[in-house]
Formats: sequence, C-alpha cells, structure tokens
Amino acid sequence: MTAMATSAQPARGARLRPVPWRGMAWVSWRQHRATLAGLVAALGLAGLYLYITGLDLRHEVAAYGEMFTANGSGKMEMTPTAALLQVLPALIGAFVGAPVLARELETGTFRYTWTQGFGRERWAAAKLAQIAIAVTVVAGAFGFLFSWCYEPIIGVRQGLSPLMAITFDLRGVAFAGWALVAFAIGVLAGVLIRRVVPAMFATLAAWSGLAVVTGAYLRSHYEAPLVTSGFRPLSAAWVIGQRWTLHGKPVSTSAVDHVLHKLGAIEAAPGVFGAAPSGSGQPGGGFGQTASAASPSSQNVNPVPYLVHHGYAQLTTYQPASRFWPFQWIEGGWLLALSLLLIAATIWLVRRHAA
Amino acid sequence: MNVIETTGLGKRYHQTWALRECSLAIPAGHVAALVGPNGAGKTTLLNLTVGLATPSAGVVTVLGGMTAGSPGALDGIAFVAQDTPVYKNLSVTDMLHLTRNLNRHFDGGYARARLGELGIPLKRKAGKLSGGQQAQLALTLALARRPQLLVLDEPLANLDPLARHDFMATVMATVAENGMSVVLSSHVLAELERVADYLILVSGGRVQVAGEVDDLLAGHRVLTGPASDSRMHEELAVVHERRAEAQAHLLVRTGGPGDAVPPGWEAHPVGLEELVLAYLRQPGAAALPGPARTKNAKPTEVAR
Repeated sequence: MTAMATSAQPARGARLRPVPWRGMAWVSWRQHRATLAGLVAALGLAGLYLYITGLDLRHEVAAYGEMFTANGSGKMEMTPTAALLQVLPALIGAFVGAPVLARELETGTFRYTWTQGFGRERWAAAKLAQIAIAVTVVAGAFGFLFSWCYEPIIGVRQGLSPLMAITFDLRGVAFAGWALVAFAIGVLAGVLIRRVVPAMFATLAAWSGLAVVTGAYLRSHYEAPLVTSGFRPLSAAWVIGQRWTLHGKPVSTSAVDHVLHKLGAIEAAPGVFGAAPSGSGQPGGGFGQTASAASPSSQNVNPVPYLVHHGYAQLTTYQPASRFWPFQWIEGGWLLALSLLLIAATIWLVRRHAA
Repeated sequence: MNVIETTGLGKRYHQTWALRECSLAIPAGHVAALVGPNGAGKTTLLNLTVGLATPSAGVVTVLGGMTAGSPGALDGIAFVAQDTPVYKNLSVTDMLHLTRNLNRHFDGGYARARLGELGIPLKRKAGKLSGGQQAQLALTLALARRPQLLVLDEPLANLDPLARHDFMATVMATVAENGMSVVLSSHVLAELERVADYLILVSGGRVQVAGEVDDLLAGHRVLTGPASDSRMHEELAVVHERRAEAQAHLLVRTGGPGDAVPPGWEAHPVGLEELVLAYLRQPGAAALPGPARTKNAKPTEVAR
C-alpha cells in the first residue's frame, strides 16, 4: 500500500459498513467478567441462604401447620434478612454501574477506546446494554428466589402484607427493576462525575433517595387506595392510614383516645383494642391524671360496640393484597422506563463529551 | 488530499478559548510536527481532529473532507493519546483482541511480529510493562489498524532517549513502507528535526507558522552584522532579533534565494529548532501560507 493507493480511495468511509456489533460481546465480556462474577457470587451466596431458609420454612409448615404459619419465628428472621438485602441494588449500582464509564474517563483509556473504528456511541450502547441485561437477569432470578423462600409466610401471617415495603421491592420483577435502575444511575453518575469513587457515593445517595421516596410516597398511589369502615384487622392488606369519624364527620385521634380512655382501653394496633396499661404507657399528655381514676371494672367493656353505638367509625385506607402483581408490574415498568431514559442520557453524554 | 483541513476552527472550554481561528491544511504524505508551548492548544487541535472534542466554532475535516469523528474518519485515523493509555489490567494479547474487535482492519500478524521484535511478552499485563514498552504497545496497536493517518499526541514526552529513538524509528519505518501520513505534537524539538517534513507552530491558541519544513528553512535565514546598523528593520521582515555585544543576529524572512545580503552582514541558513525558538520568542510573528505571508510587513502587523 502506497500513499497513492490510500489516497486513491476517497470513497473509503463515505458509506462504510459499521464494525460488527459482535466484536463488542467479547470486549464487554473480557472487561467486565470479573465484575459480573462478583455480582453472581454475591447474589449466589445470598440466594443459597434463601434456598436453605425456604426449605426450612417448608419443613416447619409441614410439621406445625397453621400454628407455625400464624405465629412462628419466621417473621423475626425475615425482617433483618430483608433489611440487609435492601442494599443489594445500591451495591450493584455502585460497584457494577459507576465504574463502567468513570474508570475510562478517570484513567484516560477513553482516548484509546473512543477513537477506534467502532465509534463511541455504539461502544457505549453495546456495552451498557449487555451489562444491563446481565444485571437484570441475575437480579430477576434472585427476586423470584426471594419470593419463593418466604412464600409460606408472606401474605399469610399477621402483619406480613405482600405489599409491605421491606419485602415488596425484593420480590418478583421489582427487584430486577431496582437493580437495573441502580446500574443506570451508576453509569450516569460515572459519565457526569468522571471519577470512580465519587461516582460510587453519588450512586448510593441517588438510589437511596429514589428508594425512600418510592417506598414512602409513590407506591401507595399506584392505584387509588380502598377505604373500609370495618374494625376487623385486614390481615394481608397494606394499611396506609386510619382516621376516625363521628356521625360522618372527621374527628381527631385524641378525641377517640379520650373516649376510649374513659373505658380504660387503648388502641393497641390498628383496629385492635386492649386494656390500657397503667402508668407510663399512656398515650398523649393530659390523660395521665384520669388514668388512675379509671375504674378497673371498665376494662371488661368491649370498646368496639360502644364506639359504633355512639356513632364512631374508623376509616382504614389500604391497598388489598390482591394488588401485589399489578403493583409489581407498575413498579417494574416505571423503573425499566426510567433506566432506559438514564442509559439513553448516558449515551448522549458520551456522544457530546468533550475530551 | 489534505489529511487535516480546518477553517476558522475554535474550541472554548467554559470561558477560555483553547484554540481560536485556526485555519490550516496539512497535505497527505507528510510527517507533520505540531509544536508550541504548553497550553498552546496542540492537544485541543488533535482532539478535534480525531473526534474526541467537537468544535465550538469553525470546521475540521479529515482524510479529504470527512467530518472528524465520523465512522469513516475513525476508521482511517489511528490516534495514540498523551501518556499512551492502555488498559492496565489487560494482557498484551487481550489488548490485541480488543483492538481487533473494535476495528474493521487489524493486522494481527504484523502486531505480533512487531511486539516479538521489541521483546514485549504477550502474556504480560499492559500495566506491568515499562513506559517505553507501553508506548510501543499503543503505537503497535495503532499501526496494526493500517491507518491512512496516524495522530500522536506528545508521544515522546515520557520516554527516555533510547525509547524515543525506537519509537520514532517504528513510525518512520511504517511511513517509508506504506506512505502513511503522520501528525505528531511534541515539544521535543531535537527529535522532530530528523523526522518532520511539515511544521505547524501553535501558540496562545493560534496557528503561528505552517508549511513544509524545506520551504520554511529556505524562506528564512539568519543575518549577522553590526548591532548599530538599524536600517535592516525597515527593509527586511525580521522575525526575531538577538543582540550579543556589538553583534546583532536577525532571523529574517526572505523573498527568495536572490535576496542580496547587505554590505557588512553575513547570511547563514537557519535550523528548524532555531526557527521554532525564534517564533516562540516572538508570539506576534507569523509565517502562514496566503495573505499573511507578505515580505515587507512587520512581524507585529502580520499577526493582527
């Protein structure tokens, strides 16, 4: 090849077939296989624990039946486990997502990679898509394993609503969605901040903020909550709020407490009434003086018919347990949409990044 | 064909112009040296050329009219960035696979043969190679793509003299073999003198000198004469003046070989390094193709 030969091909590049996508499969695999192995190992260990726990739970249910399901120790185990697992998506975002682009920008290797024939937008799109799919698949499998593990007690035992914040986002498609969005936040933070460690912290912060806002505000509004005036505990429903009415008008909780107090009862749990303990357990100020004056015999009064008779009604706002799957798809859906948006923004930033 | 052509090219980072009103054309088949002080805009110009940065003003085209950074441009240009970045945790073999997978053309046999000649072990991690070996690896990866244009940003900065020599020997061997064009930035002037046949001098974000080295050297000379003789300034395009006791050394632009040497003065040919230094000391002076290159204009006027 001579100078004349090269300059005699002005058409070279005018209409080029792009470098085949399949080349990126090897590149992504080679550069991120250690990270993916770490991800699979971490989720695999947690998954193994869940698998053993799931088998244990099933043994106990088989041995003790309803009694275990209703009262066994599974709830005590599940809550800390679930709380611990909540951080998994954030860690995926920080350790899998944030370094993908931040490391290239921090070490300067983007100057090598982005000037290869493949093209930087296609490089970013191919790489992010492949890792995103891997993360989603691994997390999805984990989410279904978690569901399977605690299936014998979630939605069955008192107080363990399937919509409960601590387990809802670890199950089904929601967990895959949260892992994916954490990854997407990570890569976007990486391209914006351009340094690995700060991008990791930013990812942790942003993901936590999103998760808290979702759990505390968004999720309860996926569908209009239902309202019931019954006093029966709603075993598997997710109770969002309760208020009292008197002859159809709203009445403050303290007014109800006051009435109950005269009966010597307190509301121990939503819709659950019991005898007021004496002394320090008093609700609110100002009732302390009357507490000791309450007649011991009044403890035997059943407060519910008494309240109903006097025109009180308790309105409970709740999401029924039957909405678990619709809510899962809603949450999975918007998390997927948000993730795609964040990844698209990342690719756009890679395109216009000025070296 | 011009391998690089810019018109009114400018790049601004926030409020600062890193490069301004840069118009130049580098013809194919040259080893073009881009020189200038630190912060002059050399790296910015190269980043714009390879598509890593986008212009804030003006146009840059490469390889005969292609948009910088377009697929065709990426395909025909290989770039070795400053500090020759390679993935430190990948082995040399992995870097070869990586580059092969990211490009249409990759001559793996050539790359392996060259690395073998250089004694660079294929199984070693790129991060464990010496600085000179890393630079040679980056260069080999670039050359194995068989580019029409090789762009090197400060390739010699971190190399010891022997590694510098080997690096440039590799570049020049490829140029001799297949006529590849090269644009390299450097402030190691002594190295450039042996290899470059085209010079672009950038200073303060502007192009100050551009042209073939032979033309530039033929178009300048040093006149030595009595320092008291000030009439020279009116008659000649003086780029730079250096006085030593009673002697004045003037670097002047000539209109041609026929320029008469004034009585009492001696003329000497100028070296590339001397020429570059003179222009660097005189940022107002310019030697550009086109209207700026007028014989009688004073240096300061030329720049405005």
